[in-house]
Amino acid sequence: MLLIRCPYCEMERPEVEFKYGGQAHLVRAPETATDEEWTDFLYFRDNLKGVHAERWRHASGCGRFFNALRNTVSDKFVVTYKAGEARPSSP
Amino acid sequence: MKFSLASLAAQALRGHKDWPEQWRSAEPKPAYDVIIIGAGGHGLATAYYMAKEHGVTNIAVLEKGWLGGGNTGRNTTIVRSNYLWPASEAIYGHAHALWPGLSQELNYNVMYSPRGVLMLAHNLHDEQTFRRHVYANRLAGIPNEWLTPEEAKDVCPILNIDPGIRYPVRGAAFQSTGGTARHDAVAWGYARGASARGVDIIQNCEVKAITRDASGAVSGVETSKGPISARKIGVVAAGHTSVVMAMAGLRMPLESYPLQALVSEPLKPVMPCVVMSNAVHAYMSQSDKGELVIGAGTDAYISYSQTGGPHIAVSTLEAIVEMFPITSRLKMLRNWGGIVDTTPDRSPILSKTPVPGLFVNCGWGTGGFKATPGSGHVFAHLVATGEPNAIAAPFSLDRFRTGALVNEAAAAAVAH
Repeated sequence: MLLIRCPYCEMERPEVEFKYGGQAHLVRAPETATDEEWTDFLYFRDNLKGVHAERWRHASGCGRFFNALRNTVSDKFVVTYKAGEARPSSP
Repeated sequence: MKFSLASLAAQALRGHKDWPEQWRSAEPKPAYDVIIIGAGGHGLATAYYMAKEHGVTNIAVLEKGWLGGGNTGRNTTIVRSNYLWPASEAIYGHAHALWPGLSQELNYNVMYSPRGVLMLAHNLHDEQTFRRHVYANRLAGIPNEWLTPEEAKDVCPILNIDPGIRYPVRGAAFQSTGGTARHDAVAWGYARGASARGVDIIQNCEVKAITRDASGAVSGVETSKGPISARKIGVVAAGHTSVVMAMAGLRMPLESYPLQALVSEPLKPVMPCVVMSNAVHAYMSQSDKGELVIGAGTDAYISYSQTGGPHIAVSTLEAIVEMFPITSRLKMLRNWGGIVDTTPDRSPILSKTPVPGLFVNCGWGTGGFKATPGSGHVFAHLVATGEPNAIAAPFSLDRFRTGALVNEAAAAAVAH
């Protein structure tokens, strides 16, 4: 089981307290979007092998969404950061 | 060499010392007509049917690891076709129709055993969903019936149907024609059949890049064994499909998750069928060696780690012990993970792509093994002719734009 640091609670808590929220920093397609842009926003994902920016929610804790960089090969978290903050530079 | 009673007897008399290699492990030539990326069951079946039914034999199947070492060697070997929608019934039904004759077709024993698949309902929602599946399947000519808890216990005597347990059995959908097959033998049998028809199977050959010509069409691949050119490439890379497609500049509607399985120490025969439970993420059957083969759930986050979190396997085993109390003191021998590529609608993708000459067969998610013969058969047609046949057509990439999704979340058997 992973230990995840919630950037709001400022604590490392077990994975079962959290919900995964998929790829981070997706920008909602505008109302003027073409079918292709809308499809891309709804369904297509990077699904990266390596350092992946993703959303998590501290569902059984403070309840807030935050973002994380995690290596999808080792599953190790690089860093977690608050929603709205820019993606940190990663190694 | 053809397997027969005479060849088995002759080899037995010689102490089994003269069995030849069943397929050639080739080194790459500079160019092929078709490159298939991924030597799992689906990729090998594709090569086999292209050679057999479409006369295309100048094919290389490239594999970064060893043959059948990905999800083909990691799944729980269940074969069934009790999906909800007509498009799914067509493709899984097509695969299911090929299973009974596969050992004869390949002259290789894939140990197909249609022992029946029970899908348990633990709550009203499960019951309504499975009853709907039963009716839909019967309209499509696929055997499926609703059993009471007592009838389910008649099929599987070790099942606990006590109404007081945490996840009581309210009934079950039973596909009597479902069952299991030997996963390794399926890969080996298709490899043998393809190799005999001239297909080169190249292991330890990782694709590093997909090269394109001036028009944008594929021209070949860069690999760990050097460049190989081809005008057609079929990507059958399961959990790593997004990684390979990114080499051609394409994103995919896929997310890759670890899916776990376990086997127990061997027992005498105790389980005459396959039992699956969506609600508690557990399914179980007994292998011919006597081990109980147990499927667990997926991790919640995308990962390429091929392991999975221990708490996922623990929650599955808790459910297994409740459903089958005789397993409570059983030791587990092995636990592993495979990386499954899941689509938003839990249906596969068999499709042309925006890149000319590049085809993709992926998105089988948590349940691709059962489809191996049908998937290879229709994908061979797609790559050979450039157009999907009627069975493959609904599973195009374009369905995510048109909205004609094939939602099989309830039939996929592993909740996500």
